[in-house]
Amino acid sequence: MTARVRSPLVTALRDAGISGLVALGLFAAMVGLQTNVTNTGKMELVPNFGVVGLLVAVTMVFRFALVLWRQTRGIPVISLKPSRFAGSGRLVAPLLLLAALTLPIYGGRYWIDVGILVMTYVMLGWGLNIVVGLAGLLDLGYVAFYAVGAYSYALLAQNFDLGFWTCLPLAGLLAAFWGVLLGFPVLRLRGDYLAIVTLAFGEIIRVVILNWTELTGGPNGISGIPRPTFFGLTFNVGGGPGSFADFFGLEPSITHRVAFLYYVIFGLALLTNWVSMRLRRLPLGRAWEALREDEIACRALGINVTVTKLTAFAIGAAFGGFAGAFFATRQAFISPESFTFIESAIVLAIVVLGGLGSQLGVALAAVVMIGGGELVREFNEYRMLIFGVALVVVMVTRPRGLVSGRTPSVSLGQSKLISADMTSQGHG
Amino acid sequence: MPLLCVSELTMRFGGLTAVDALSFDARAGDITAVIGPNGAGKTTVFNCITGFYRATSGKIALSHDGGDFELSGMPGHIITRRAKVARTFQNIRLFSGMTVLENLLVAQHNFAMPNVARGLLSVFGLGGYRGLEAQALERAKLWLDAVQLTARADEPAGSLPYGAQRRLEIARAMCTRPVLLCLDEPAAGLNPRESDELSALLIRIRAEGTAILLIEHDMGVVMRISDHVVVLDHGRKISDGTAEYIRNDPHVIAAYLGEGDEGLDDDAAEVAA
Repeated sequence: MTARVRSPLVTALRDAGISGLVALGLFAAMVGLQTNVTNTGKMELVPNFGVVGLLVAVTMVFRFALVLWRQTRGIPVISLKPSRFAGSGRLVAPLLLLAALTLPIYGGRYWIDVGILVMTYVMLGWGLNIVVGLAGLLDLGYVAFYAVGAYSYALLAQNFDLGFWTCLPLAGLLAAFWGVLLGFPVLRLRGDYLAIVTLAFGEIIRVVILNWTELTGGPNGISGIPRPTFFGLTFNVGGGPGSFADFFGLEPSITHRVAFLYYVIFGLALLTNWVSMRLRRLPLGRAWEALREDEIACRALGINVTVTKLTAFAIGAAFGGFAGAFFATRQAFISPESFTFIESAIVLAIVVLGGLGSQLGVALAAVVMIGGGELVREFNEYRMLIFGVALVVVMVTRPRGLVSGRTPSVSLGQSKLISADMTSQGHG
Repeated sequence: MPLLCVSELTMRFGGLTAVDALSFDARAGDITAVIGPNGAGKTTVFNCITGFYRATSGKIALSHDGGDFELSGMPGHIITRRAKVARTFQNIRLFSGMTVLENLLVAQHNFAMPNVARGLLSVFGLGGYRGLEAQALERAKLWLDAVQLTARADEPAGSLPYGAQRRLEIARAMCTRPVLLCLDEPAAGLNPRESDELSALLIRIRAEGTAILLIEHDMGVVMRISDHVVVLDHGRKISDGTAEYIRNDPHVIAAYLGEGDEGLDDDAAEVAA
């Protein structure tokens, strides 16, 4: 930021220029180069710079308009110069959002599939972030709620012939119910003890599902789970009356369904983000953070610690349940194998790697961990090794996660980022 | 009718009797100081009153306009919420990663969010939370001003200097709108000027109608502002009266200066006789 006063037009142009450069850097690699398989079975790179140019132009125009608008309204313009990584959220987040929003346009079927996977973990990460990042309760059994959500939808759809959109809230509610149920016995536990009990809870749910064969099909799982519909329109590959392709007069394509699924999970993830960001600014979320900072002080201020912890468990679990229901409808088949401890570990790793409590950090970590995992898939057995080394490197260089620091939920004047050294990580 | 009436309060930890059949009163509108040598059981009494410990036996009765309460056995958060007793801690317990303003807003949790259902509704902008939030913010600003922290409202509480953290903790406790404020060594670690400011702040709080129960080692502060002093030693009350009275009480002098045990016993026998 400079002290000199510039005319609004110059400032806006300058800002648009910097945004354009950043967009170019991001999109050139992500969108500009497409891999194709040639007839001979070789891989070739197809440059696709027309789209990059378009995206960069869109970014610049939007930024130009935004800066100009903000200046006329007298809202201070935040300089785009990436001074510190932590402060760059304002820039990275919208670009990430734009890239995510347009993925089905520039990405092929494979990348949309990867996108769905990444988004699922982004959502799980954001859901767990409520429990671990905000309330400071270490939960190693988050996959249990994912499983409850998935089986709730699968069983409701099979036994009562309910559709996805009816079951989605039910799956969330049931998961929240189990969250409260888990919450009760573990309320008195802290730290390591809490981690062990939640870990056990995750395993109990899986073992029950595995052994309750009459209800859940046991190890055979449940298949033929119905796909979601678009306002009643199906995504049949064959088209036909009542299908999405037929209604809009399109050639039936499996890509429609994949893209639709992608936008469903994208919407669900955004909902998770919106709710948790909003809660942070409300008394309930503030109480969660206070609980993470100092539980005893919370009690002394008249905050019902039990209820506050239970709401954190329940709301975190509800989002896990939503994600689970989505997982079931995407896969059309679920079995207990999908809900092992490693899933909990991955989601927790995403939250810790991203930075406890940081929404952007969690999203970035999910992209890096899940998307990056897809990129190095060809290394097969070395994949986990690369993964492990990368984790260690990040944790050594940035011990509080990719994006650390906390934004105050309310401020009288200029709100300042609070360094991660100041905030507590909770005691369980 | 006193505001707080502690009678025959006993607290045992295994074989150790930290508080032994203690009885004292605290009147509304008074600053009542609880003093005594280290290990006398002062903080234990506080922990019993504020629900952090469950007293082994005895009664702690609190009565004000809002009703009569029996504090022993009441959960800690209910004591603050319904009986309106607030406290601070000997070792400061602020939410150090939250800003000064956020600390004061968390203290008004029960006013900003009367119940969980309304707390959840507020996600969708329902339940009238906007008005409650504005009220909470107003009160927070009032107390920021009272403890001279308005300029630092947006800084993390953990980054404040020690004296400011002490003041903030008192302001935070006052944001719960208590009728009885329990302060555990608020002047510890303060320089003389800060102690004077603290005395002024406590007198102001008393003037606004909140009674204060004060544990303090800084005798300058205690003697200047206390209306009533209770002296503990080894869990028992050895003296009780005005600051002037206890200053000249031989038992108190003995407890603080360590007179021989025989002399004390003789004195006790004289008093008993």
